[in-house]
Amino acid sequence: MRGWLVALMLLAAPVWAVEPGEMLKDPALEERARELSKGLRCPVCRNESIDESNAELAADLRLLVRERLVAGDSDQEALDFIVGRYGEYVLLRPGLGGSALILWIAGPLALLAALALGWRVIRGRGGSPEEAALTPEEEARLRDLLKE
Amino acid sequence: MNKAVVFIPAGVFGALAGLFLVGLMRDDPDALPSALVGQDVPEITSEALAGYATFDSSVLREDGVKVVNFWASWCPPCRAEHPALMELAAEGVPIYGVNKSDQGGDAVGFLEELGNPYAAITVDLRGRQSLDWGVVALPETFIVDGEGVVRFRFAGPIHGVMESTILPELEAAGR
Repeated sequence: MRGWLVALMLLAAPVWAVEPGEMLKDPALEERARELSKGLRCPVCRNESIDESNAELAADLRLLVRERLVAGDSDQEALDFIVGRYGEYVLLRPGLGGSALILWIAGPLALLAALALGWRVIRGRGGSPEEAALTPEEEARLRDLLKE
Repeated sequence: MNKAVVFIPAGVFGALAGLFLVGLMRDDPDALPSALVGQDVPEITSEALAGYATFDSSVLREDGVKVVNFWASWCPPCRAEHPALMELAAEGVPIYGVNKSDQGGDAVGFLEELGNPYAAITVDLRGRQSLDWGVVALPETFIVDGEGVVRFRFAGPIHGVMESTILPELEAAGR
């Protein structure tokens, strides 16, 4: 009984929004479509991919991806087709081009800047200052103190 | 130590504060840029709504500024913006309507009840043409110039932004 429950729970885990009627008959093409769908943002529910979203637009876009693949597009061509209509925003993993370049290089650049700044501050501090010799008055006072 | 280093944190803070200020002052932080602005109009095939004139993309490449409006009878904001479209039409701006996924006589019922602002209408029953225009949610309004280039796109009902956005953009497009 418990074994059955566990098995059912495991079965319930991977639930996607893809509806049976949308799937392609060719398993290889369907697999590619699923992979592409996972990388495309749904413009309605912005933090979900079109593979996860139940929005009507996501369903339309899933069909569009499949339509392009059936028409003989490569993965990149199919993505470009959608980006040409909805903009780079729909890519959950944006490429290196365009404004996304700023996002990619901002992190490493900030790290380098911080390291450079830290290095300068530490260098500027230098070693501990030279110990100045005691003045004659100080030496006299020191002797007095040691005598006591 | 170089004294200028002291000012770097203040400078970084100032730059961030400036960035946040600009970000917070945006009219609509949820607005997405359209990939279409500056591009030639996507293809539209004509599919007539019974009893109304229809159009295809060749009409959008003719002289003069025009408006393309995506709408449906089932979309409440479309109903809300409808008077603004009537107003534009009365001023002589040709408005081309793309009706999306309406069932039976719903679209005709909507126009008979509220009036028809559209110079011509095409029906996009399966939503395929809306995808070509990058439409996310109805209503959406595009301004197309005399060369058939999309100059502006507004997502959402236009009745609140006529003076501030739509009319100036029509002017900028060459009207």
